[in-house]
Amino acid sequence: MSSWPLLSLVIFLPLVGALFCLVVQGPKEVVDRNCRSAALMTSLVTFAVSLLLWTGFDPTKAGFQFVEKAAWVPALGIGYHLGVDGISVFFVLLSTLLTPICILASWEAIEHRVREYMIAFLVLETFMVGMFCALDFALFYVFFEGVLIPMFLIIGVWGGKRRVYSAFKFFLYTLAGSVLMLLAIIVIYWQIGTTDIPTAMEKLNLPFAWQFWLWLAFFASFAVKVPMWPVHTWLPDAHVEAPTAGSVILAGVLLKMGGYGFLRLSVPLLPEATQYFAPLVFGLSIVAVIYTSLVALVQEDMKKLIAYSSVAHMGFVTIGIFVMNAQGVQGSIFQMLSHGIVSAALFLCVGVIYDRMHTREIAAYGGLVHRMPRYAFVFLFFTLASVGLPGLSGFVGEFLVLIGAFKANTWVGTLASTGVVLGAAYALWLYRKVVFGELTKDSLKAILDMNRREMAIFAPLVLLALWMGIYPASFLDPMAPAVDKLIGDYQAALKLARTAALAP
Amino acid sequence: MATGIDSWTLARPEIFLAAATCLLLIWGVVRGERSVNLVSGATALALVATAALLFLPFREGTAFASLFVVDRLTATMKALVLVSSAVALLMSRAYFEKVGAWRFEYPILLALAALGMMLMISANDLMSVYVGLELQSLALYVVASFQRDDARSTEAGVKYFVLGSVASGLLLFGASLIYGYCGSTQFARISQALLEGRAAELGVVVGLVFFVTGLAFKVSAVPFHMWTPDVYEGAPTPVTALFAAAPKVAAISLLVSVLMGPFKPLFAQWQQILVAAAVLSMLLGAVAAIRQTNIKRLMAYSSIGNVGYILLGLASGTEKGVQGVVFFLAIYVVMSLGVFAVILTMQRQGKMVEEIADLAGLARTRPMIAFAMLLFMFSLAGIPPLAGFWGKLYIFMAAIEAKLVIPAVLGVLCSVVASYYYLRIVKVMYIDEPGVALDRTPIGVNAIVAGVGAAVVALFSLLPQPLGTAAAAAAKGLFP
Repeated sequence: MSSWPLLSLVIFLPLVGALFCLVVQGPKEVVDRNCRSAALMTSLVTFAVSLLLWTGFDPTKAGFQFVEKAAWVPALGIGYHLGVDGISVFFVLLSTLLTPICILASWEAIEHRVREYMIAFLVLETFMVGMFCALDFALFYVFFEGVLIPMFLIIGVWGGKRRVYSAFKFFLYTLAGSVLMLLAIIVIYWQIGTTDIPTAMEKLNLPFAWQFWLWLAFFASFAVKVPMWPVHTWLPDAHVEAPTAGSVILAGVLLKMGGYGFLRLSVPLLPEATQYFAPLVFGLSIVAVIYTSLVALVQEDMKKLIAYSSVAHMGFVTIGIFVMNAQGVQGSIFQMLSHGIVSAALFLCVGVIYDRMHTREIAAYGGLVHRMPRYAFVFLFFTLASVGLPGLSGFVGEFLVLIGAFKANTWVGTLASTGVVLGAAYALWLYRKVVFGELTKDSLKAILDMNRREMAIFAPLVLLALWMGIYPASFLDPMAPAVDKLIGDYQAALKLARTAALAP
Repeated sequence: MATGIDSWTLARPEIFLAAATCLLLIWGVVRGERSVNLVSGATALALVATAALLFLPFREGTAFASLFVVDRLTATMKALVLVSSAVALLMSRAYFEKVGAWRFEYPILLALAALGMMLMISANDLMSVYVGLELQSLALYVVASFQRDDARSTEAGVKYFVLGSVASGLLLFGASLIYGYCGSTQFARISQALLEGRAAELGVVVGLVFFVTGLAFKVSAVPFHMWTPDVYEGAPTPVTALFAAAPKVAAISLLVSVLMGPFKPLFAQWQQILVAAAVLSMLLGAVAAIRQTNIKRLMAYSSIGNVGYILLGLASGTEKGVQGVVFFLAIYVVMSLGVFAVILTMQRQGKMVEEIADLAGLARTRPMIAFAMLLFMFSLAGIPPLAGFWGKLYIFMAAIEAKLVIPAVLGVLCSVVASYYYLRIVKVMYIDEPGVALDRTPIGVNAIVAGVGAAVVALFSLLPQPLGTAAAAAAKGLFP
């Protein structure tokens, strides 16, 4: 293992680019050009460095790797503790991959206040990556909530017509959830005297009555982030109004923070409550899968449709986490990664035609295949990936989650499967309306196909979706030890609690 | 117990400040209006020098037959008061010159107020509490109405005076009851009497309630906050900046030393009062600010809300609680001075403006100032990694430790509501279209204060430990 503090490097490299953007001077065009290139360069370098994490990662180990530990506020037992395991390492990669793509996608779409935009994106990257690496509650919380500041600005400043409303809704919803988590973290801190997460995983042993409340506090935070029905309503608004790249990051990474939070904190720290509340999560997730799929069917706005489909897909994720067997958990992590790529690509697809026509109304399009064959191919590819066509990434995740669900509870499995059918219905319906049919609308007659920059954006995503679909083992194998450990610890904790309860 | 010459040594900073103020007053009287720049500069210097004297060298003990006490807590609080007063004084010049009220009495009054605050903080006897309180209050009443030709400023001064006098009266009444039942005005004796069984007397509790009520007026905790928005709005902006910082620190410090000192045996009684006041303040501070259009009024409600968090920390009655209070206060003072420095840079066509709508599009017309304000707003909302988050973290840690879970839950929910109006300011600056642009003022004291404050707020997470250590050391004095 290299002696470089790789994780810190990945986390804080983007800030170097942000600093450059902050100080660069000159006429507007020069500043804009410099900021764009600087942001792209920094994020690409960050991505390259993060690849070292993957190559250096030992897939046979369950514990944390690349660990960095330093004192931060020793008086309170708060440390600067970083590390990744099989669960988190791919989320780090997902974040560092999507950021340059987002910056490239905003190359022409963002015309005013480019400097601020790029700074916001780079700061956002720092917070996202930091959150997935943090192994200290305080650090975790700082990154988790810090995300709100740049995201609020990205939606609010560069968004669509109702951007103010959406930005506020996004901010207040997520903040309301996370402040309760803060209190839960403090309660845990007073129990163990430190905010170190691995220590808490070992030492924390709370009575069920406490676990009950703490679990709910964590749930408030993560359920909003995921988002689970019925607290998902901020998501369609935020997606619709955010600029394309904002939607990409929102769907690609920010939603994963919720699922990751469940895996990292709720399950290992509060096993009894996790078991107790699993039926609740199943219920909400099934409602999310079926109800939001039906809602997606009647949307008139393309982005809104994809936003609702995100809620439905994340419903699979939460089911997979809480069935707590190897297939379910691995499936849900895989589903998150796949969704991170596929939904990001779908939002980019919407962005491509939005940049040309400046509307997201499904009714404003039709017959694009005649003018934009390349676009039609890419859009079809990701629509099918989202639907879960075998051979593409979406299939693996959904399939594993469903196996896990059937193993745990047939009803959950059966009801969740309907989501697959409904998912195919709305995604294909959207595709037919937009791409197929006759090209009758005059406004579309002169529309141009994708240019090189746009193809460069999609190429890595297409390759990844294929790779994940054809050979998922490259992703599933490294996460297996960590997932097994998670489930093993969970079962052991439950067993211990049961024996304790039986003892006189 | 220190006596004789030791008393003078312990009170050296106060004596220095008093002497310097008198000398500068004489200088001002002799030289007239011409001396104002010199007097104000020298006063600021004297304030900072006094702060340095507190720690060079640091000595602790009681002086003047136990009227006066110096320990880590009082020294830290005094340093906060002195530095924030000095900064507020430096921030004042441009404003008062513009409105034509830049007179040498202003720095003198500020120094006298600071002296009063120092006495308040160091008070170890009900008598010295009252003397210190009145010295600072009287000076501040005048300062509030310092812009004499302005109806609002005069109104603010009168309002502050009338309500402040009521508060002083309540406090004095409470003090007399306590004296009557405990037989002494000395903190140590009161504590002893309470421990020996006087605590059960109804009269003592009534006295305590009146006493705390008087102090609640001074820190503007709900339900004794009514004067705050009007005074904050009416007073000249640099004076409001001072009000939001120094007197708050002094009054909170007094509250801490009184409640944790002589009235510690009555913890169960005053905890209820503080929890109620804390929750109500947080709630009102969050809700009432939403509809404000004047930024000074908004900051008034914001300060009420923040006092709620401080009282919640204090209500825990623990060492961690006091530590949280000191920590929170220090950060709050930085943020609040920074916000007012930003407000003081807001001018249009040579006139000061203070409506929130005037900030529209500030991010495009003056990006740096807008960015500083953005940091202050997110920090006040308690969003990490900014400094305000750490303040709230300390407070809630103390509250949870003391099992004040429900008030803590209410507190965090109020902070979500409050974040709405802080965000609204960000929205006005960053999202709204610019109206008539604000003037480009040359970089002055206010821009520097805003810049330094913003840097502290933004980079605080890199090094939160030293302030934590200082706060811990300050709190330790009360818990031997």
